[in-house]
Amino acid sequence: MLQILCLFIPIIAAFFMPFFFKKIRNVHTGWFVLLVPLFLVIYYTTFIPVISKGETIIEQLNWIPSLGISFVSYIDGLSLLFSLLISGIGALVVLYSIFYLNRKKEQLHNFYIYLLIFMSAMLGVVQSDNMITLYLFWELTSISSFLLIGYWFNRDKSRFGALKSMMITVAGGMLMLGGFVLLSLMGGTFSIRALIEQAPQLATNDLFIIALILILLGAFTKSAQFPFYIWLPDAMEAPTPVSAYLHSATMVKAGIYLVARFTPVFALSEAWIWLVAGIGLLTLFWGSFFALKQTDLKGILAFSTVSQLGLIMSLLGVSAIAYHVDGAEDTVFKYAAFAAIFHLINHATFKGSLFMIAGIVDHETGTRDIRKLGGLMSLMPVSFTVALIGSFSMAGLPPFNGFLSKEMFLTAMLSVTEFDLFNFSTWAPLFPIVAWIASVFTFIYSFYFVFKTFTGKLNVDQLPTKPHEAPIGMLISPVILAGLVVTIFFIPNIVTDTFVKPAVVAIQPFLYTSPNDVNIHVSAWHGPTPELFMTIGIVIVGLLLFLTLSKWQKLYSILPERFTLNRLYDITINELLGSWMTRFSKLYMTGSIRKYLGYMFTAIPLIVIGTLIVKNAFSVTFEGSSPIHLYAVILIVVLVIGTLTTVFARSRITSIIALGSVGYTVSLFFVIFNAPDLALTQLVIETISVALFLMAFYHLPKFSKVEERTRFKFGRAFISIAVGVMVTLVALSSHSQKFIESISNYYKETVYTEAGGGNIVNVILVDYRGFDTLFEIAVLAIAGISIFAMIKLRLSRKEKNYESK
Amino acid sequence: MEIIMAFVCGFLFMAAIYLILSRSLLRIIIGTGLLSHGAHLLIITMGGFGGNNPPVLADGVTEYVDPLPQALILTAIVISFGVTAFFLVLAYRSYQELKTDDMTQMKGSEDHE
Amino acid sequence: MKVNNVILQFTAKIVFFIIFFFAVHIFFAGHYTPGGGFVGGLVTASAIVLLVIAFDLNTVHKLLPINYIYVVAIGLILALGTAAISMFVEQPFFTHFFDYFYLPLFGKTSLHTAALFDLGVYLVVVGVTMTIIQTIGDDE
Repeated sequence: MLQILCLFIPIIAAFFMPFFFKKIRNVHTGWFVLLVPLFLVIYYTTFIPVISKGETIIEQLNWIPSLGISFVSYIDGLSLLFSLLISGIGALVVLYSIFYLNRKKEQLHNFYIYLLIFMSAMLGVVQSDNMITLYLFWELTSISSFLLIGYWFNRDKSRFGALKSMMITVAGGMLMLGGFVLLSLMGGTFSIRALIEQAPQLATNDLFIIALILILLGAFTKSAQFPFYIWLPDAMEAPTPVSAYLHSATMVKAGIYLVARFTPVFALSEAWIWLVAGIGLLTLFWGSFFALKQTDLKGILAFSTVSQLGLIMSLLGVSAIAYHVDGAEDTVFKYAAFAAIFHLINHATFKGSLFMIAGIVDHETGTRDIRKLGGLMSLMPVSFTVALIGSFSMAGLPPFNGFLSKEMFLTAMLSVTEFDLFNFSTWAPLFPIVAWIASVFTFIYSFYFVFKTFTGKLNVDQLPTKPHEAPIGMLISPVILAGLVVTIFFIPNIVTDTFVKPAVVAIQPFLYTSPNDVNIHVSAWHGPTPELFMTIGIVIVGLLLFLTLSKWQKLYSILPERFTLNRLYDITINELLGSWMTRFSKLYMTGSIRKYLGYMFTAIPLIVIGTLIVKNAFSVTFEGSSPIHLYAVILIVVLVIGTLTTVFARSRITSIIALGSVGYTVSLFFVIFNAPDLALTQLVIETISVALFLMAFYHLPKFSKVEERTRFKFGRAFISIAVGVMVTLVALSSHSQKFIESISNYYKETVYTEAGGGNIVNVILVDYRGFDTLFEIAVLAIAGISIFAMIKLRLSRKEKNYESK
Repeated sequence: MEIIMAFVCGFLFMAAIYLILSRSLLRIIIGTGLLSHGAHLLIITMGGFGGNNPPVLADGVTEYVDPLPQALILTAIVISFGVTAFFLVLAYRSYQELKTDDMTQMKGSEDHE
Repeated sequence: MKVNNVILQFTAKIVFFIIFFFAVHIFFAGHYTPGGGFVGGLVTASAIVLLVIAFDLNTVHKLLPINYIYVVAIGLILALGTAAISMFVEQPFFTHFFDYFYLPLFGKTSLHTAALFDLGVYLVVVGVTMTIIQTIGDDE
């Protein structure tokens, strides 16, 4: 139970945040939040010994058993690695945010509530074995990401970025749900593990390829792959802790996770290899190329994240090749999956530290514009060191962990050339070539990031605030991460044995049964191999290009704005949906409520009478009618007179009283029709209603004397007659034909034995149909509270709380 | 009886819609009041008036009126009270704010954000 | 509107109690004979409205210093809680329980969780009705 509970601990903690924020003002709310990820880190660490042996642990809580939907916490190598990343980086980010966000100026409870919701959602994504709950958590990450990007909601750019990320990732999520449903139709289960077991049978199904594409679309949108990456740069409007956490270390890796998790299901498909590896490689190149165009520090990092995600994605695509090669565990094809996971860990460490440094620079100088920055090295030595470590690791230089995984990445890309199925021999040389070019650009932007910011001339007058080193608390997290970057380089095999190998087993269960079978040893020096020469080439060409950067960076401006993907998004949202569709809607949505009511009351009789005619459903029979009461006839006469008075009364008091008389007549009808409960209720309600009308009378306007135009009156009368005729026809038809027996007989028989009551109506209300009543009193309460609010709060349209900046 | 009641319901609906489509706010509220009366009678009519005894268990009685429509109507009565009160307050609050009760003048404006 | 109507006020005081006890009666009788939470709540509310008419809102508020919004909230929680009880004993949501007991004075009585639910309904109805009446009446 604890395992499932741990998924929800952050959300449960979120409930207490407003209390901590409002009641304990002197302590930064972040300190309380920090306990949550710290606890989770410790908790998940206890799993390491078991999981690294290759075992898995599962716990299940049924949610909707009849549909096969349940919360599952399935921990294997892959999900444990992600859970540790989520909680570990989460703890560092929360610590960082304590110093980043001012407790006096910011709405901290909102921030931490969103962050905690995200934490739960992300843990849910990586541990769910049930696809429906996986989808649920998946969308929850999109929603919490939306809220966090829009955290500074009075900035236009934040709102724009939040909406953009939401639009793209939720659209992808919906497509992914479609894929899940297709998979469950084919396999008859929502469990991913069960699907993996029947993967070969699934591959023969016609729907297989559609499910594959849909699920990939979900993963690509989330992991910002080409062409969906456009939301990620705009998401940088979020506070920097959020960018470091969601948009580099965790949420954007959900797509990677999904691809890794589904690799055993889809790897048999040729399309999977082409799509995942191809799109990944394209994204890798695209992101690294355009990173140099950016001038915003976080913009550079955003594009670099896009590019690195593409790298991991392409490795996962290549890893699927291993399924088509006999004895792959002993060939070069074994490296791809290993490199993907290893780089994922490395990327989380160096990119997290770089984001935090970007935040520090922003915080201490007031700008993130790289053109204004420069020469901060002497003022911020610690930050510079951390940035240097992070950038060099990103560039793939020793002695940092990025070097190791980049070498392995090149190995995996070179291995593609040895694969000869699926026409790979034609295109395979492209893989290492593109990978090499992208690596050169990665090298350049890494240098661009660190040296343009920290070396060169210092222009203090251009900076909004006077720069100085960040407070020690803010530096703790980046320093820890940078420490990891170096540590992993020196002890790579301990890290890979503990974390990477169990995860690789989860990705490639067809090859390995336990982590010990993964026969890969990481070493910094492995002789004069092609990879080494490629790296040397990257460094030389990269350095040359970096030194001449100012000469050729202008080339980026040649590409006109009009043809970018962002422009395409803007056109879709603004022109197509925003303008064109609005204009169409305006044609009939005129803003006049009377018109709308007119549409509705015209449409209803048209549809209903139409259906009656088409289905030939109208019929009248006098059979089974009950005899006509004399009293009823008198009541009908009274009712008609009352109604007519209500309609044609010239003064409002007459109208109100006539309405009351109609109500009392209706309650007398209930007496005749053997409905004592109704009669009683109606009687009392009518009394209170009339009292209410009379109380409100004072505030209400008089009937206007303006005669309404005769033509419209005619139309009005016509519509109302149509509705009246419709109601009569429906009442007659439903009286005349009964297709199924009323459920009331069941009530009558069981009311005493099963429900222990005598008044059937009351028992229906409180027992048989208790849900109705529960919701009804909820509606009633809402009505009461809204009336209270409308009168007491007096919100006028002049009072606007939040102005747009 | 059911046949006659069908026409009564139709008549009530007709009057209600006629009022709802008028310009004055108060008339619209009175219209919704009539509409709910009409709807209640419609439900009980559709259920039929068979059975001679109220749906309360009593010794020696086997023929009860159908209780289900009655339960539905009971819920509806209370809800319609809440809705009518809500409308009433909405109407007079908007009258106070906008100084008009003419529906043709109460249009959503473009810059309402 | 300060009219000193002694006869109305005196009668209202007495009638209030009569109506109120009638309301309590039909509330409890509701499970076997016509009545129940809705009607009981409405009758109670109308008894209070009678007091409001005879005196005025401030006087009534002094006599019955109740915040009706809280009444609504308590009613909702009671209703939802009763429905949720069954979940703790591994039964579907909304399963009611009842049994017959012999109590002194009352004789054979059934104790029913549905009555608790009905009490929730009763409180919500009283609360909402009085909230509406009070806020409208208070409004200047």
